[in-house]
Order: sequence, then structure tokens, then C-alpha cells
Amino acid sequence: MPNSIQLSYRKSSWWKLNQQRLTPFIFLAPGLLLFIVYVIWPIFNSLYISLLQWDGLSPAIFVGISNYVELLDDEYFYISLMNNLKWLIFFMLAVPIGLGLAIFLNQTIFGIRLIKSLFFFPFVISQVVIGIIFAWFYNPRGVIGPFLEYIGLGNYAILADENFATYGIIFAGIYPQIAYCMILYLTGLNNLNTDQIEAGRMDGAKGFSLFRNIILPQLRPATFLAIVVTVIGSLRSFDMVAIMTQGGPWGSTNVLAYYMFETALSEYGYRMGYGSAIAAVLFTIMMFYILFFIYRMYQSEKKGL
Amino acid sequence: MRKILATLIAIASLGYSSAFAGTLVINTDLTDPAPKAAFEWAFNKFQEENPDVTIEVNNFDHEGYKQAIRNFLTTNPPDVFNWYAGNRMLPFVRAGLVEDVSDIWSDTGWVDGNLTEGMSHAKKPMTIGGKQWGIPYTYYQWGVYYRKDLFEANGISVPTTWDEFVAACATLKAAGITPITIGSKYLWTTAGVFDYLNLRTNGYEFHMALTKGEVPYTDPKVHAVFDKWDELVKPGYFLENHASLAWQEAIPPMVNGEAAMYVMGNFSVALFKEGGLTNDNLGFFQFPEITPGIPMAEEAPTDTMHIASGAKNKKDAKRFLIFLSRADVQEEMNKTLGQLPVNSGSKVDPDPFLEAGLNMLNNAYAMAQFYDRDAPAEMASEGMKGFQEYMVNPDRRDKILERLEKVRQRVYK
Repeated sequence: MPNSIQLSYRKSSWWKLNQQRLTPFIFLAPGLLLFIVYVIWPIFNSLYISLLQWDGLSPAIFVGISNYVELLDDEYFYISLMNNLKWLIFFMLAVPIGLGLAIFLNQTIFGIRLIKSLFFFPFVISQVVIGIIFAWFYNPRGVIGPFLEYIGLGNYAILADENFATYGIIFAGIYPQIAYCMILYLTGLNNLNTDQIEAGRMDGAKGFSLFRNIILPQLRPATFLAIVVTVIGSLRSFDMVAIMTQGGPWGSTNVLAYYMFETALSEYGYRMGYGSAIAAVLFTIMMFYILFFIYRMYQSEKKGL
Repeated sequence: MRKILATLIAIASLGYSSAFAGTLVINTDLTDPAPKAAFEWAFNKFQEENPDVTIEVNNFDHEGYKQAIRNFLTTNPPDVFNWYAGNRMLPFVRAGLVEDVSDIWSDTGWVDGNLTEGMSHAKKPMTIGGKQWGIPYTYYQWGVYYRKDLFEANGISVPTTWDEFVAACATLKAAGITPITIGSKYLWTTAGVFDYLNLRTNGYEFHMALTKGEVPYTDPKVHAVFDKWDELVKPGYFLENHASLAWQEAIPPMVNGEAAMYVMGNFSVALFKEGGLTNDNLGFFQFPEITPGIPMAEEAPTDTMHIASGAKNKKDAKRFLIFLSRADVQEEMNKTLGQLPVNSGSKVDPDPFLEAGLNMLNNAYAMAQFYDRDAPAEMASEGMKGFQEYMVNPDRRDKILERLEKVRQRVYK
């Protein structure tokens, strides 16, 4: 059977020729497959659902872009979008505050490890717990209200105030985020190049100028990471809203992620199409941001970091 | 996750429910201890009386049931399932998934008298298109719970008209007491107030037309309701900061004597008493009359039993529904539930709140099911958001009602 021998020979030779090129793909295949099934496919599927009017069970009706048209005329959508912007801006405070704390804690005195872990603690507790505890603080019968009343400013419930409730939630959300940024900077500070610092000192740099010109540039990777996780954290701000106000009072603390959940999946909402349309908008915003950062990363890697 | 799992298991168990004659498949969501105990008693009793029937129960998680019912009614219908009266059952009735049981209601020949007599006051919420689609087995009243001692100390007698009610609020406010406590964080408490104001100002028929989407929210009659509401909101008769409180969190002010009334359902009594109030200082009265001459309809969310139109054993299903309508069965079940039997032949334990509720509901013109059961889900969620916003910013009434009208046109189209 010379023929079959030749065939198998040819096969293995093709394999041998391309082995080097194919191996990475074979190793990537399981991950890639999962990525396609659980990330890529759902993205396109949800974009498709956003063109439907569907309650999740009865037959779906194709309605074109009318969900998006309705979105343009939906004041809750704009409120959510504005709140997302507020989250984005004020959540950024976590980065400098985290840096400040990291520098403050980056000393070698007795018990500093314990203190560091105490500062890191908020990040370890579940977001849900933080949300509930802050909601208790803000409750007019909790801590802050009675205190204000005691010092004569009158009781005040921030979570019931449409103008400030969002800031109250952001404040609660920032609390663990600061700890996260702090730990990123602490690891960064551990890896500082002491030669450079000493060289800087010899050249007469001290105090703020030393920090600004020598230390901060070395912390660039940590800063990059801190900003990335903070922006993503602010856009994903769902759990705090869900726990502390459920988007209330009257929808004034909604963010896109929660509004999407409310319309599509909560007890009162079975509008899968409309929810998907909101998701698509959120996705687009995130995509711009992610592409920008991938581009930046690519550029700096090309320069050789 | 647990819920989803429970639902999946329940659905899976439906798969092999072989329905030979004499098996009665019942789907329920009775996971709370009291309803569970009450129904276990009822199932045993039914089986005792009907040894030829085997009951098979698929118990769903309470939250998961709301999703599961859509699935099982279309794909694998049980014989009997529990649900709620009013518009909550409308989508299923409209889709032809629920069996018409008018014959049970009009049949006068069965053991315990007839339904039309014993439950006539509860017939309207079970009626769609002139037919009845199930039977009610328990409900509870809504009304005003109040501090008797605070009323006495300020020389107020129980108000029966709107003017008396507003005057009572003014007296209490002047005495430094918050007239009405409420916690509107989870929105639905505001709907209780709205429902009663609408039922008393415009009557049951208008309220039903509104919740069915037949009347615009910008209608002058709706404005009339808000005019009445203004009389309570604008002078500040409701608890301050209510938008940040859950309904339970609004109970302490009343227990502490800082507030005097609460428009609530009877389930709140347990919490009032836990807080230290007793039958001596906690009282109940019917929401006062607003427009004279309008028959008094009450808010009484009703739990109901239905037969699926795809049921395999309709004969025994009907026997079970008739069994569940009986005065003695409802009496026993509701003792365990701590709620009111719908059959007017049933008695309740000597409890002033249950007795007052029973008396009020047995004489009610009709029963509303609560805004979020009478109106479809989407409308209800937007409506209740609007009520909450109004109660904090009464000046935005027009804007809110216009927004609700926009939602109405979308939801009911």
C-alpha cells in the first residue's frame, strides 16, 4: 500500500513545516473558544436583541432602531448618562488619594504592616457590605443625620436628595477604590530605583521636586493601571447603586448599567430589547475608552517602554 | 443562583410528572413558613376527603415563580397553580392559558352553599370579560393604622370624612407630631396612598380604567386626586425624608410617638407590636370618604388559585378549587396565614385588626388589588417612581403626569 504511506508522509510533512506557526494557535484555542462563546458572541447577540421588542418569552418582534430612537427621548437615559459622567470624574479622585496614602504608609516603623492592612481592608470587604453600611450611615436615623441634627444643622438624608444622592453613592464607591489604588502604588513604591533617587538627591532635588521629577515618572506603570481600573470601575458602577438606592429617588441616581438591568431584568421590567440598546450605548462608550488605551499601550511598547 | 437552581429543579421535576387519572399537579410558590404550613394542611385535608386523588406539588421559589409561571403555563401546564387577582392575571387570561371557572362561581349545588353568596364581594377582581378565572383564598386589608393614645391626647376622634381627616392632620402637626408616617424608598408604599385617594375621589371603576390604561394620566380626574394629595403633602403632613426609608424604617417614629398614622397593609401589625405597641394604643380605621356617595371600595391584595387551560385533570382541579373556597377550609388556612379568609362564612380569631378588616372587606363595594398588581409591571414601576417624586416635589405634578402619560401610551399600545 505505497499510496497510503505516501499520503501520511505528506500529512506529517505539512505538520512539520507549519508546526512552529501553528503551535501558538493550538495553545490559544481553548481560551479563544471560550472568549468567542462567552464574550464575542454575546456582544453581537445583544446588539441583535437591541433591534427587537421582546419580553424574554413571547415571540420577539423586529422593530429596527426604534429602541434607540426611544432612548433619545428618554429622560432617565440622560440622567443615567450624566450620572455615569459624574462617576467617571469623581471616581478619579481615588487615584491621587490612593497615591497620597501609599506614600504616607511607605515607611518602616513598628507595626506598619498592620496599619497597611487596615488601610487595605475596605477593598477586601465585599462591595455589598460597604453599600449597606454607608446606606445606614446616610439614613436619617443612622449616624450622619442625627449628628447634623445634634450640632444644629437639621437632619439631612443625602440618599433622598435627588441633587446629591449620586455623590453620596460615589463617596461610598470610592472608599474601596482608594484602597485598591493605594495597594497598586505601594507595590510600585517598593520597586523604586534607589540609585536614581540618590542621584537626584545629589543634584539637589528634594521634597516636591524630587517626588515630581524622580518618583512619579517611575510610578508610571502603577498610575496607568490605577487609572484603567478606576475608569472601568466607574463605568461598571452597578452594585453600589443597586444596594443603596435602586436608582432612586425617582430614578435620579440611575447609571447606565443599573438602568439596563432595571428595564430588562428587574421585577418590573421585561424589555430585553430596550435594555440591550442601553447596553449597546454603554458598550460603545467603553469601547472608545478601551481602544484609546490599547493604542496608548501599543505606542509606548513600540518605543520600548 | 440558588433561586435559579430551585427553579430549574422544579421545572425538571415537571418533566416526569406522569399525569394518570387521579393525579392532581399543583404548582405553587409557597416557600415562606406560614403559607407552606397552611397549604400542607389543606393538601392533607383534601386528600383525606378525596382518597382517589393523589396530589403532586411543585414548589417554586417565590421570586423565581414570577419568571417560571410564564414558562410552565406555555410548555408544561400543571392542573392548578396559584397567582394573584386583578390585572396581574390578565396577560395569562388573554393568552388563553387560564381555564374559565365561571361554572364554579355560579354553581349553587355544592356542599357549602354557593360561591356567589359567600364571596360575591371578591368576584370583581376575579372577573375578566364577564367570566371568572379562579378563586380567591386569602387576602388582607389596607387602611389607616393609628396611635389611639395620641388621638385621644389631642382630642381627635376617628375621622370618617376627608375634612375630618385633614383637620386631624392639622391638629397633630400643630402638636408637634408628624401626622402620617411613610417610608417610600421602595416606592410601593406611595401607591397605597394613591390608590386610596383615587378610589375615594373617583371610585373603583375609574381606578380600574386608569390602571388598565383606558384613561390618560393628564385627565382632570387624576388631577383631582393630586389636589387631595396636595392637601396632605404641601402642609408637610407626611414624615420628612421618607424617600430614604424602607417601609419598616417608618414604623419606629410611630412606635416612639413621633408620628400618629400609617396608610398600610395589615401585615404591618406584627411589626408594630414587635416595636412595643399593643391593642390598647394601636388602632385601625377605614380610609375616610372623600367624594360623598361613591361606594367604598377597598384595597385588598388577594391570593388566588387557578386552573391551567392545558390541565390534564380538570375534574379534580375543579374539586380542589371548590374545596379551597369552602368557609371551613379558608378559616383554618387563614388562621395559619394570619390573614383574612375571603369566604364571608369563615370566622377569624378574636383579633381587633383581623375583625375590623373582615368586617370592612365583607361590606366592601369592590376590591382593588394594589397599584402594582392592577397596572402592568412597566406602568407600575414608572407610576410609583412618579408618586414618590411628587410626594417630595409636589410642584412637579404636571411634569410627572405628562411623563406618566407618555409611558401609558407606550405600555398599552
